[in-house]
Amino acid sequence: MKLTPKPLRNPWGKPRFLAVITWLYIVWALVPVLIAMLFSFNNGRSRSVWQGFSIRWWWGDPNLSIFHNPDYTHALVHSLTLAAFDIVIAVPLGVLLALGLARWRGRGSSAANGLMLVPLITPEIVMAVSLLLVFTQLAIVPFTLVHLGTPAQVIGQVTFSLSYVVVIVRARLAVIGGEYEEAARDLGATPVQALRLVLLPLLMPAILASMLIVFALSIDDFVVTQYMSSTSTTTTIPMFLYANARGGTTTPALNALATVLVLTTLLGIAIAYALYAAFGRRASTGDTSMVRELSGLEATA
Amino acid sequence: MSERTATSGSYWRGFALPGVVWLCLFVVVPAYAVLAMATGRVNILLTPIPAWDPTTWNPGYLSKAFSGSLPGGEYWPAVRNTLVYVGASLLLCFAIGYPVAYYVARHARRTKKLLITLLVIPFWVSYLLRMLAWIGLLSTDGYINKLLSDIGISNPPNWLDGNAYSVILALLYGYIPYFILPVFAGLDRIDRSQIEAARDLGATPFQAFMRVTLPLSRPALLAGSALVVLPMFGDYYTNDLISASPRTNMLGNEINLFIQGGPEKNLGASLVIVLMVILSIGMLYYVFQTARDARRFA
Repeated sequence: MKLTPKPLRNPWGKPRFLAVITWLYIVWALVPVLIAMLFSFNNGRSRSVWQGFSIRWWWGDPNLSIFHNPDYTHALVHSLTLAAFDIVIAVPLGVLLALGLARWRGRGSSAANGLMLVPLITPEIVMAVSLLLVFTQLAIVPFTLVHLGTPAQVIGQVTFSLSYVVVIVRARLAVIGGEYEEAARDLGATPVQALRLVLLPLLMPAILASMLIVFALSIDDFVVTQYMSSTSTTTTIPMFLYANARGGTTTPALNALATVLVLTTLLGIAIAYALYAAFGRRASTGDTSMVRELSGLEATA
Repeated sequence: MSERTATSGSYWRGFALPGVVWLCLFVVVPAYAVLAMATGRVNILLTPIPAWDPTTWNPGYLSKAFSGSLPGGEYWPAVRNTLVYVGASLLLCFAIGYPVAYYVARHARRTKKLLITLLVIPFWVSYLLRMLAWIGLLSTDGYINKLLSDIGISNPPNWLDGNAYSVILALLYGYIPYFILPVFAGLDRIDRSQIEAARDLGATPFQAFMRVTLPLSRPALLAGSALVVLPMFGDYYTNDLISASPRTNMLGNEINLFIQGGPEKNLGASLVIVLMVILSIGMLYYVFQTARDARRFA
């Protein structure tokens, strides 16, 4: 560090301490989760002291293992049901809204754009409270038609999922631009044909990414789903985890259930990537476009 | 493009219509329901009755909620806890998240793809599982206390009973992935030639970082902060799971108790409005700063 001018270091060289922080962070972020998953194989009732390996909480125990306990299996089925409804409603609605918001100029369009962002910047408890109040207090159609339980849960989940779909699809629309559709129109396609034959295939990666995100949002959601629930038949896995996480009598079967939740999400990712590889790639702009679309979520804030 | 066609105006509006109707029904009307409940009354059976008609609004609960949220008030401990826990978690997000995002964006080479994958994994792991993991580690017979006694610290605190540090740790653990990814994306987009230019013009690496990289990463840091602060302000379940004690109650816990626990829904709704007012102050700052950055970097 004397005055002798040192040759310029490679400015992109690796500072060791940043690398250490990064890897420590990753260990800290992932190892607790791995430990919790490992405890689903604990050969004892404890969720904090290791007592040897067994699969009793997965299968062995005739009453308490997850696949023999109807509470657990029902929560899993209900979580998947809600996710399916959420995808089927939120993705088409969101794609249409994204197309509309991207191209509709005129009175009301900027208000609609702002409205679309509201669910993204509202803490979930605010949405949950407001939906609960409107469904339980407002005696006007259509709110009286929605009962707490599955219908209210689906509506709540679609409401917060919708904006994510819009953001992902709009990011993709901006990349695609208008030329392809214009070319189709010049070649004689009607607006509907240009949309169906040209734009929709180009949007496929974004639609797949939306489906995946909506699936993950739905299956992981706790607050809105819990506020909109009614009886124990509308309990989802996150609700079950929340209710039993602190219970002294809870067994490692709870860890197994949480692991199932993660495996389900991973399966969702795998299916989305398989579909993406099957018919999304043709239309994609590059290998990492799915990653780009997902990180495009950052533009939402 | 299709604006050429005569039909285009109403054509595209038609696409947006179902979504806009949905948002009006399930975002706008419910927001009004909160206001109506906050300005409502209770009947003779103590059942909360919302005031749908603005001429019948009763300001009592709102003023109770707002005055109670000031220092010394009934809800001030919850407001203070919220500000302190969120503030501490955000600071730690900066302290840990920025170096991590910076390293992955700027220095990781062969490992970059692997690191991005590892950073994304927490997104796909259920939040509840990640809390469950810490409940196991922090329990009295868990690995954290075992580690502490191994290094000679006996009598460790009860981590899971009203411990503010545990709550901050859990909030940080829960939300930092949402901070790192947008910050990484922002840093990754910074044009390296700008930093090269600074170096060519004689800046030391440190100067180049302070004068170029840091100002250019401000928009991403703001976005990352907003992404973690907004949900943290409304969080109550992290606290319920990790602390389960009224000592560490945050604003979200108070709201949840009033709305789901007791009959005082009017107060719960009023506290929702308090929460939104606090957040809109933050959002105004965010919008103002973002607009300034947009002008500066345009």
